[in-house]
Amino acid sequence: MDIMRVTATRLFYAVVLLLAVLVLNFTMMHLAPGDVADTIAQSMGGADEEILARIRRDYGLDDPFLVQLATYMGKVLRLDLGYSFYYNQPVTQLILQRLPATLLLVFTAQLLALLIGVVLGVISARRPNGLLSHFVTFLALFGYAAPVFWTGILLLIAFSLKIQWFPVAGMRDVTLQGGFFEQALDIGRHLVLPMLTLCSIFLALYSRLCRATMMETLGSDYVRTAKAKGLTTREVVYKHALKNALSPVITLAGLQFSAVISGAVLVETVFSWPGLGTLAFQSIIARDTPTILGILFFSAVMVIAGNLLTDFFLRLVDPRTRART
Amino acid sequence: MPIKLKHLLSAVAISALSIGAALAQETPKMGGQLVVAMTGTPRVLNPAVQSGIVTGLVGAQLFAAPLRYDEDWTPQPYLAKSWEVSDDGLKVTLYLQENATFHDGTPITSEDVAFSVDVIKEFHPFKSMFAPVTSVDTPDEHTAVLNLSKPHPALMLAMSGQLMSIIPKHIYGDGQDPKNHPRNNEDVVGSGPFKLVEFKPGEHVIMERYDGYWEEGLPYVDRLIARIIPDSSARAIALENGELHMSTFEAEPTLINRLSAVDGLSVTQQGYGGIGPIDWLAMNTTAGPLKDVKVRQAIAYAIDKNFILKAIMRGTAAEAKTGIHPDSPLYYPDVPAYEFDLDKANALLDEAGFPMADGKRFDISMELVPFPGYKAQAEYIKQALSKVGIMVDLQAHPDFPSWAKVMGTMDFDMSLDSVYNWGDPVIGVNRTYMSDNIAKGVWSNTQGYSNAKVDEILGMAATENDPEKRKALYKEFQEIVANEVPIYFLNAVPMHTVYSDRVGNAPMGIWASSSPMDKVWLKD
Repeated sequence: MDIMRVTATRLFYAVVLLLAVLVLNFTMMHLAPGDVADTIAQSMGGADEEILARIRRDYGLDDPFLVQLATYMGKVLRLDLGYSFYYNQPVTQLILQRLPATLLLVFTAQLLALLIGVVLGVISARRPNGLLSHFVTFLALFGYAAPVFWTGILLLIAFSLKIQWFPVAGMRDVTLQGGFFEQALDIGRHLVLPMLTLCSIFLALYSRLCRATMMETLGSDYVRTAKAKGLTTREVVYKHALKNALSPVITLAGLQFSAVISGAVLVETVFSWPGLGTLAFQSIIARDTPTILGILFFSAVMVIAGNLLTDFFLRLVDPRTRART
Repeated sequence: MPIKLKHLLSAVAISALSIGAALAQETPKMGGQLVVAMTGTPRVLNPAVQSGIVTGLVGAQLFAAPLRYDEDWTPQPYLAKSWEVSDDGLKVTLYLQENATFHDGTPITSEDVAFSVDVIKEFHPFKSMFAPVTSVDTPDEHTAVLNLSKPHPALMLAMSGQLMSIIPKHIYGDGQDPKNHPRNNEDVVGSGPFKLVEFKPGEHVIMERYDGYWEEGLPYVDRLIARIIPDSSARAIALENGELHMSTFEAEPTLINRLSAVDGLSVTQQGYGGIGPIDWLAMNTTAGPLKDVKVRQAIAYAIDKNFILKAIMRGTAAEAKTGIHPDSPLYYPDVPAYEFDLDKANALLDEAGFPMADGKRFDISMELVPFPGYKAQAEYIKQALSKVGIMVDLQAHPDFPSWAKVMGTMDFDMSLDSVYNWGDPVIGVNRTYMSDNIAKGVWSNTQGYSNAKVDEILGMAATENDPEKRKALYKEFQEIVANEVPIYFLNAVPMHTVYSDRVGNAPMGIWASSSPMDKVWLKD
């Protein structure tokens, strides 16, 4: 019963927050100079005054602000995210087209970064002043500091141009006509470089955090006890220390979900990955308010889902969190 | 009748010539998948309701226009096998290909032409293209007569490229709004050489040969795939490693120079005269120091165009001297050139009553359109003008609407920008200079330029069917504008087509990739 109430309260707050986010962003978009009619005119190489007036009238852009806001919020409450002015499509359809690509990219990159980050973190924590540790630190910070588009283009030059292992752009080879297995393999081949690029940003965070918490854990009393009772180093490190050191790493991974869209924009642009990040960016540039708000709506939902998932995994590794609720 | 005969004869002569040329070179081969790049996702695939270069690339394959243009600005028969203009210039008759069909097999008739003209007149962003067309008569299935309220020579170019796509009446005439018609992006039934297979926004447009295309043996390639790759570095690498066969509208100087050195790739500037893009510095002639023509001329003298062409454009761009693109037959290059001369600039500014005090005369703003690659030009101009005491406050706009807002309200002094000709001056040039088009939306006469003589000349040229007389009128127009400098022209945007040596007959006509690629073929 208690858990039900906690969840219900949380959900209620989440919905209120979501609506507030939408109203705030709608207002902000409205305050920015110019509107989507200008961008449509731009895409057409200019437009006659009459055509512009017609676009504004059709899309209700010349209605008073409060009328526009009320119309939009009314639709959202009926779970209708509206119609994209710029892309001439229902926003929900537009987002669902792009969502799988982004999820695939971000999930695999996160997972890879988490795995490698934890391994590197543990290795360097065991010998914090060793050569290997310094090398890991250097590598991680380099990946974090290097601009994403630069890393991406460098990987492209190395592995698409010099050694032609991976394709340059997009998510699939459109000239390929194969069965499901061939298609999946093809998407995998396209995924490698963008995934590595995106992974390089997250990697530093995870390996550094894991290194720090691991070092702290390795110095704690229970580790000393474990060692004293004669367990091998391997058992001490991986069975006892790692589990506890992982909690903050998992919390961080959960938080990173909120960065899904912002983090992927550049990678998606460099690799022409047909995801939400580029859509979000283009919609902001185009002042396509319904699309931007739709994406915000989806990313808010994803953050909420990310938080729930984090809680779930924390319970798995840390019994203390289980005891509390 | 004599005009029609002339066209027919020249068409025959030219096709004989081109057959001869083709035999001398290589015989085109059928088959293959041609992969070309696109910089962004088209809003709509139906060019009757949407203009622009990405819609043009796909639109010109899916839909056919009555005419097509070669590289010499000569109209060629396309969906119209011949045409004639009446002696008074008030009737333009199109004779359609008799066996032409839409992609669903329905014959293309004069009814569809009349319907298309109606839709374009109402929904296309360029009103001036068909404004003088009062009605379209359809005496028989394959004859359409466009009735004009006045002679309208711009109609020829307006009937080519992506500008006049023939769309099926039985699909788009169902009462739904053609602008947002569901069949604009899905299940498109077109009239062109390729039909739509799949449109994935953000990814690609896949098209395949339409087997019922009226011209036997065309198009050559089986499939035409337009991949959406917004990042120019990624496009370059994809061209180098062979993933892409061709990319059009590449305008980054360093990239063009790099790709022209690559074995197996060809780079050309040919094919952009129709689109006619020009980089320019627009000046607000209604307020502030720039109201004075001497100040505007001084600014022209203070900018070293050679520096821009050599150091910033790295030799990839042609100089622009007037508002008409250098490739156009109407271009007149011998206008006042404003050779770089700081003394003249200073003298003019003194005369205009802006004396130098502590190395400074006055402050003005310069708005920068948020297109890639304009920052370097803007920084240079700011520097150059500071040498004659004009302090430029550079406003780099984050996105297009915020720039458009400043321009639309004429709340600016100068603006660095690029504007396209779109074929005939009536379509893309007049809008910048006519006094009845002051600040009416994006890329209108935001300079507030008003000269009764210019209005008169442009009005006369719009209805002058005699090519020589028309050319003389535009010459006078270009001279006046060069003298009064409402706009200082910098260079033609260095748009290039980059294509693999495997591509035969890369599109070289004046509309670049916004023209049918039915004759493009792939070598082994």
